[in-house]
Amino acid sequence: MDSTLPEIRIHNPQTEPAPEPEPAVAAAAAPEHSAVRRYLLARGNSAVADRVFKVLMLLCALSIFVIVALIAYQLIDKAQLNWAQSGLKFFYTAVKNPVTGQPQYWDPVIGNFSAIPFIYGTLVSSFLSLLFAVPLAIGVAIFLTEMCPRFLRGPLAFLTELLAAIPSIIYGLWAVFVLVPLLREYVNPALFKSLGWTGLFSDDNPTGLGYMAAGIILAIMILPIISSLTREVMTAVPHSQREAVLALGATRWEMIRMGVLRNARIGIVGAVILGLGRALGETMAVTMVIGNTPEVHKSLLANGASMASVIANEFAEATSDLHRSALVEIGLALFVVTIIVNAIAQLLVWAVTRGTPSQAH
Amino acid sequence: MSTGAFQLRSRFRAVTDHTVTVLAVLATILVIVPLAVIFAELIYKGVSSLNWDFFTKVPAPEGETGGGMANAIVGSAVLLGLASVIGIPIGIGSGVYLAEFGRGTKLANAVRFTADVLNGVPSIVMGVTAYALIVATHVSFLPFLGHFSALSGGVALGIMMIPTVCRSTEEMLLMVPHAVREAALGLGVPNWRSVLSITVRTASPGIITGCMLAFARVAGETAPLLFTALGNQFWSTSLNEPIAALPLQIFIYANSPYEDQRRMAWAGALVLIVLIVLAVSLVRYVTSRGVLKGNS
Repeated sequence: MDSTLPEIRIHNPQTEPAPEPEPAVAAAAAPEHSAVRRYLLARGNSAVADRVFKVLMLLCALSIFVIVALIAYQLIDKAQLNWAQSGLKFFYTAVKNPVTGQPQYWDPVIGNFSAIPFIYGTLVSSFLSLLFAVPLAIGVAIFLTEMCPRFLRGPLAFLTELLAAIPSIIYGLWAVFVLVPLLREYVNPALFKSLGWTGLFSDDNPTGLGYMAAGIILAIMILPIISSLTREVMTAVPHSQREAVLALGATRWEMIRMGVLRNARIGIVGAVILGLGRALGETMAVTMVIGNTPEVHKSLLANGASMASVIANEFAEATSDLHRSALVEIGLALFVVTIIVNAIAQLLVWAVTRGTPSQAH
Repeated sequence: MSTGAFQLRSRFRAVTDHTVTVLAVLATILVIVPLAVIFAELIYKGVSSLNWDFFTKVPAPEGETGGGMANAIVGSAVLLGLASVIGIPIGIGSGVYLAEFGRGTKLANAVRFTADVLNGVPSIVMGVTAYALIVATHVSFLPFLGHFSALSGGVALGIMMIPTVCRSTEEMLLMVPHAVREAALGLGVPNWRSVLSITVRTASPGIITGCMLAFARVAGETAPLLFTALGNQFWSTSLNEPIAALPLQIFIYANSPYEDQRRMAWAGALVLIVLIVLAVSLVRYVTSRGVLKGNS
């Protein structure tokens, strides 16, 4: 086949109804072919164009790998400085103040850097958010899949979807002006009065900010993702399972417990872990309400900081290269942890939802 | 005796059943309430602060009243335009690969998995990456590197759009019936034309809404812009300079001690949320209608 023809094809989008000039060329080149064959030959060989197209699409797909590799490379590269300085110790030790004996976790002025308060803050706020969000999310999913009247199902699902699409900054804005004052005036004093003896709730923070505020706003933010995924895996459970349990005389709750939840449990765990991944990396809303003090407190009502929030707060105004490098290393840790958490979650959810259609009927 | 025990037990089961029902309803109400409260607050505070100045004026100097967010709106538009230019073609391309060429292959599964994982990477990490890649890199013959710029913010947002666009494109293409492809190929249309003008064209409403969704999602992103686009109190549309953005401006004003600036933050939030609600509703409308009429 003449190699110039496919080139023309690539640049000429009107392929189908314009065979006028080419048949003459083809006829001249190969006069012995039949009319149909001549026409087909003249249309050009699409093999080259097809291959070019396929390679282009493949490059787009491969770029996703490149991006992940690029993120990893950039973070590792920029974290070198701090890694050389303190190595793994960055994540579990801190310098003690020689006078007071208190640990000095994070002091950019002297150059003390330790990730402990941020890891602690991230873990505490994420744990709190899961504590609040998981029961609610599963409750919503059960209601939507098993109990909800049909006319309510669409609007409610839409609302939870909407909740997931609201940007972090707006949750943060709402938290700063509505949630935090509420906590400061009513909830925190009440918690201290009733549960202060546990040591988890102190009254020495008059701002209303802190781990608790961060945990609550995170819970609101991860709820939709957990509940919509839970709903997905629950609807993936075949109807025959429900019918079988009902046929044995089970009540609706027993049917949900034995027929649905038991079959969907791996997927639900996946949904929860995915929510955890979101909570770990959530930045703006947490930055606005966690208080941003690099300290470790037992009290849930105290100010703290999370891994994402310290980067958001200090990166643009980092005072030294070492400071910036320490922040990048925190980012790297966050990246690695969220990738692992997300990968696990994804595998669990896939394990349940894959092959659904063949099971369902 | 045993009948009594049996009755007690079934009574207990019925009570448990009702309790669970009540709990599930309560949970749903508890979830809907914050949403309603957030929206009510947004609309109440946002509408009362929205005025013509908001869309036409740049921010007033510290402590003065008045002014608007015109530069932030334009800045957001520039950033989002740049992000779309980067994110949408690559996203659609990889989606096309997944749905048309790589179906069932190991590579496609790996791409899909990586895209989902990339989707979960915190936005702040994207910001750090864009910073390291563009703001902190100095190359003498590339003048757009080495400083805070709209370009770096756009790149960060563009990268974030890719996984969402890719996955929604794939999903939409998979909804196109095989018969359509076969008909095109049967007419002798080259494969690439069949993909572009038949399959992608058929799925285009879905693909467009997928892009809208990704667009809306990055429109509200603040964290990746904090140390890339940086924000700007003045007019700027240059890709080479720091640029204002709506979410950044909301963040700055939310922490402001001035009542007037807080008001502005609410108004900005309202504008942002209207954009997002529109996008989400559109997505819902298109996906519920099905990409193709008669697609079963």
